[in-house]
Amino acid sequence: MWQELRAELHPLGLEVVTVGLDTAGAEACRPFIEAAQPSHPSLTDQQHAVAELFGVINIPNGVWIDENGIIVRPAETAPAPRREERAAAGDMGELPERMVEIFTEAQKIRSDPQAYEAALRDWVANGADSPFALSPAEVIERSQPRDDEAARGQAHFELATHLHAVGKHDAGVEHFRAAHELVPTNFSYKRQAWSLEPGPDGPLQRFWQGPSEGADWPYAGDWLTDVREFGAENYYAEWRP
Amino acid sequence: MIVTTPEITRAEFERGTGWQLRPEGACRGDVCIPIADAAGDSVDVVATADAMGLPVVRHEGLTAVGPWGGSGRTLVTAEAPELTLLDLGGNEFRLSSLRGKKVLLVAWAPY
Repeated sequence: MWQELRAELHPLGLEVVTVGLDTAGAEACRPFIEAAQPSHPSLTDQQHAVAELFGVINIPNGVWIDENGIIVRPAETAPAPRREERAAAGDMGELPERMVEIFTEAQKIRSDPQAYEAALRDWVANGADSPFALSPAEVIERSQPRDDEAARGQAHFELATHLHAVGKHDAGVEHFRAAHELVPTNFSYKRQAWSLEPGPDGPLQRFWQGPSEGADWPYAGDWLTDVREFGAENYYAEWRP
Repeated sequence: MIVTTPEITRAEFERGTGWQLRPEGACRGDVCIPIADAAGDSVDVVATADAMGLPVVRHEGLTAVGPWGGSGRTLVTAEAPELTLLDLGGNEFRLSSLRGKKVLLVAWAPY
């Protein structure tokens, strides 16, 4: 989704680096990366290092780093550029009820890809003179809140991903639950955990993120319940230029 | 950072947490947290983490040391930390290799 924009802006000094966040590992990211055929670095992040280091709490998230290695915009929602009209929901008759409900909620999620793309272009053209390139003090101030509770939540999440990755899924679940309790607004912690539970076979499995027949659901919430409670319109914080 | 032994080298601690251990304490950007015996070659992970106020979560033989929540913000400095991750070919890529370019780092997920 970024490939076209990258091709245009790369000669002007921009590089895009995509990071696939998935405890399920590189193989889960592979089909998407190979389909995109990117010419830019495309990495996988099984341990969610970008969460610890940059404060990524949901996806897609973007961070801007200047030529001197200084962050000029901390992790924030980075909607992918829209190159064609978003496809209408189309015929959802074939989908399980839950997926219909998920898509319906997802339609209410708000973001502003045009504003983000315009800001990015402005920065590429104007560098430090761009109003969208923030001062170090602003970058720090705007970075995700992280108090001791949130920091502990991050430690639990990291332990959970490690446990899942070494085959101790049930032990991992306990630590995912702790992370959810400590940082309830972190949808990345939730969606990652939910996506690792059983769901219907096929391409929708990772998106089911909720109870399914024949399996115990080990989490307090699930995608539909939590998004409805949080409000789909609040899913991404409003972008602050 | 996940560790499996009570002590690790100073280099491992610094790489894993992003904090430099100096005589004046544990330092990152403009922040230094004063801790005793910060400059030894071998680091007692839990004691050092506790002294810094880093969260420690354990499961059997594993110890997870979390980030610092002392400032109330994720970033302590605007200097981008080093990020070392693998591409699909298993090759290591370092964010610092892009010095000299503007970088847009985008996190996504297949779920």
